[in-house]
Amino acid sequence: MPAQSNSRPSSRHITTSPSDSGDSKTVLHADDVARVLDRIAHQILEKTRGGADVVLLGIPTRGAYLADRLAARIRAFGSVEVGLGMLDVTLHRDDLRTQGVRPLGKTVEPVGGIDGKLVILVDDVLFSGRTVRAALDALNDLGRPRSVQLAVLVDRGHRELPIRADYVGKNLPTAREEQVKVSLSEIDDEDSVYIATKSEPRSESGQPE
Amino acid sequence: MSRNLLSAADLSAAEAQTILDSAEQMYAIQSRQVKKLPTLRGRTVVNLFFEDSTRTRSSFEIAGKWLSADVINISAKGSSVSKGESLRDTALTVAAMGVDALVVRHATSGAVQRITEWVDCSVVNAGDGTHEHPTQALLDAFSLRRRIGDLAGRHVVIVGDLTHSRVARSNVLLLHTLGADVTLVAPPTLMPAGVASWNCATSWDLDATLSGEVNGAVDAVMMLRVQRERMSGGYFPTEREYAISYGLNPRRLKLLPKDASILHPGPMNRGLEISSAAADGDRSIVLDQVKSGVAVRMSVLYHLLAGVDQPAPALEEVSP
Amino acid sequence: MTRASAEVLLRNIRPLGGAVTDVLLTAGVIAEIGSKLEVSGDAEVLDGGGAILLPAFVDLHTHLREPGREDAETVESGSAAGALGGYGCLHAMANTDPVADTAEIVEQVARLGRHAGLVDVRPVGAVSKGLAGEQLAEIGNMARSAAAVRIFSDDGHCVSDARLMRRALEYLKPFDGVLAQHAQDPRLADSSCCAHEGEISGKLGLPGWPAVAEESIIARDVMLTEHTGSRLHVCHVSTAGSVEVIRWAKSRGIQVTAEVTPHHLLLTCDLLAGYDPVYKVNPPLRPAEDVAALRAGLADGTIDAVATDHAPHAAHDKDHAFGDAAFGMLGLQTALGVVVEAMVNTDLLDWAGLADRMSIRPARIGRVGEHGRPIAVGEPANLTLVDPDASWLVDPDQLASLSRNTPFAGRILPARVLATFLRGRTTSRDGRIVTPDRQVLV
Repeated sequence: MPAQSNSRPSSRHITTSPSDSGDSKTVLHADDVARVLDRIAHQILEKTRGGADVVLLGIPTRGAYLADRLAARIRAFGSVEVGLGMLDVTLHRDDLRTQGVRPLGKTVEPVGGIDGKLVILVDDVLFSGRTVRAALDALNDLGRPRSVQLAVLVDRGHRELPIRADYVGKNLPTAREEQVKVSLSEIDDEDSVYIATKSEPRSESGQPE
Repeated sequence: MSRNLLSAADLSAAEAQTILDSAEQMYAIQSRQVKKLPTLRGRTVVNLFFEDSTRTRSSFEIAGKWLSADVINISAKGSSVSKGESLRDTALTVAAMGVDALVVRHATSGAVQRITEWVDCSVVNAGDGTHEHPTQALLDAFSLRRRIGDLAGRHVVIVGDLTHSRVARSNVLLLHTLGADVTLVAPPTLMPAGVASWNCATSWDLDATLSGEVNGAVDAVMMLRVQRERMSGGYFPTEREYAISYGLNPRRLKLLPKDASILHPGPMNRGLEISSAAADGDRSIVLDQVKSGVAVRMSVLYHLLAGVDQPAPALEEVSP
Repeated sequence: MTRASAEVLLRNIRPLGGAVTDVLLTAGVIAEIGSKLEVSGDAEVLDGGGAILLPAFVDLHTHLREPGREDAETVESGSAAGALGGYGCLHAMANTDPVADTAEIVEQVARLGRHAGLVDVRPVGAVSKGLAGEQLAEIGNMARSAAAVRIFSDDGHCVSDARLMRRALEYLKPFDGVLAQHAQDPRLADSSCCAHEGEISGKLGLPGWPAVAEESIIARDVMLTEHTGSRLHVCHVSTAGSVEVIRWAKSRGIQVTAEVTPHHLLLTCDLLAGYDPVYKVNPPLRPAEDVAALRAGLADGTIDAVATDHAPHAAHDKDHAFGDAAFGMLGLQTALGVVVEAMVNTDLLDWAGLADRMSIRPARIGRVGEHGRPIAVGEPANLTLVDPDASWLVDPDQLASLSRNTPFAGRILPARVLATFLRGRTTSRDGRIVTPDRQVLV
């Protein structure tokens, strides 16, 4: 009964290695991903004056892993323990009717909640902005943060809403029909970001947003 | 994706797990201060109840409302046959109002399936006669999973009036799908006809079953409500004899492993099929079943309704 | 609509499936049988091309619904279905509204039958007043009436009270009557029971109708019949155990006869899986083992007759949940095809055997003198002509019944009725009714 549809990738998903694919182009390799995350962690520490009151909320699936990694880096670089949680936005999406039902991801409220905190939403790809809009709605149900910022690994453009990221790993100009795919070693074979021009049965974090 | 949930047999193992996993998220939302989600905004869910059931109706109503669906309750009790209106006319009349889902309870087996032949919207079986009650089985599995983890390879015993129980039928189907072993226990008079063909073991002896002598160690026992009017049908002699033979009384509780769970779909006949010691003890998950009911029904409504745009109802089929 | 001729010549037909010959029907009787018969110019000539000529069928069990439910069927519409199905005589069941429990009601039904003029309508009288199972209906008055009732039945209800059953069996003896019992112990299978008790009822959660509820009543009734020296007919036998009991009773010399419906010869209870009430019938459809036993019983003569239990129902009485819908199926127009498929195409019966079970023996049970006669010169020309090689698609909308509740919709059935004759007059031809010159309805 539930959708086995064009859903978000599950952790059981088998990754097609980018090198196997004829029409794909790798834009970030594993070491690039690591450097980019290092930079974002530093930027967060700098911009939030040492990470006080910061709560990272990763958007499942891959945004949650990125939030984990950022929290670890912030701990290492700034010796500060930021709040960490997960925010599934599926139930707040405005495209379920057209894109189909998908299994729900997890929502984990950070210890200490989000009231009065500086919440940084973490996702892998920023595309239309609809996921972030849904996340802002979902956030309302959890509490009232002091302010909300956004960190993404890749910004591929084509916004449909007035939303911008505060921390961007890489700006990636793309054509609309292209797909930006993020692999993370936690659930995929390796860390990488690549552009595919045709649909593959795999993670496509830039879509359907 | 099928747009109806009529039988626990409609669900594959993967589909059932997905519904239970999503229910897990819904369950977490229930503890929040703000429980309202926008997911089914603009959708209309009608609880079409041909038979009274305050708990199931309220559970579906809360589930729908927390997902922002417009929920309307229609009590059609005594409409249909006695008033001369056919089930078809009742169903078409309600569906013609632009409904996205019908949640149907009916006293007659198969009535809900029959309705799907006439309407275009999603239909959820909220209990049909002595046939099935799939969302009850899902919530039982959900509660049990929360308590004892994955149900694969676990042993669940279901005790009581199995012949007339829609809960038992749905549970046998779903638990089998989820990989659990099921043993049905009842006197021969309350065993369903043809039960030998079901995917479960059977026994007339509750003591032996609870002691693990029939189908291995017991992980959970589900006590079904026994209707007192069954006595006049000759199904069993007296309440006293039933309670002694098949009730989960304090003596029998000792036969049950310490970590086994006790379920009851409610409402309970304390002192008949279940003692207070069993219903209120540490091993009981009866109250959690009720709480799980809302989460599971939210999950079911989400999976049935959130995805697909519904075609307009067939107005032309309804005569003025 | 064509008008019937006084004289009909059937060319190239095979009586009871035998050798090809011609048969001339004149003045209501079979006037001549032989090859290359000649007739005068205005006779109706029908070349059968090897079609099979049978005595017109006699149905022991038809619900014509009139008086009371004329929206579901009338004597006229049911008669048309009969004529199209090869029938020359129908026994109209007593469970009308009002119940056929007095001479006035049975005479009215008989009159409506004569007025329709397509088949001989023989009313069945109730055993008990109002079918209530409490006091005897006016059996003698009905027997002595113009309708000359010989079959008495509370069909739809079992005469379950042993004392009333005994008295009824005794009481109808002076009238050469027969009691047609609907065998269903109401304590073992009440009116809510709608599915064969077994795997299917357990799975679907439908109240089970156990075989023993039928068998135990038949066992009791054959003993009562022996004790009273009366005559018993068992309606719609549906189980292997019932066949065994009847076989035993006959071997003991008890005057018992039995019927089976076409649907119990072909359909099994697994059809209930979709809860479609078109398959809801009483007694219920049974498993394949019972179907096999019924076929064997009909083949060896333990079961004497095929009777349709034609039970028309308006759509709004079937548009309910299975348990709430009305019991019953149409049968008159599909009976031949179903019996050919179940019995003839399986070599269990030949055409003479089919004639015996669908015409000769039913006529004898109902004491219908003019029907079920040999195909011989001087005999009443109550005949039906069947194309054994044709097949046809059952389309509910094309049936003559006012109702549509056939379980055979969409099926291809073998054998087709080409024409039916009632006392030499054509009543149906090529699937169309031939309207009679109307008698004045008195």
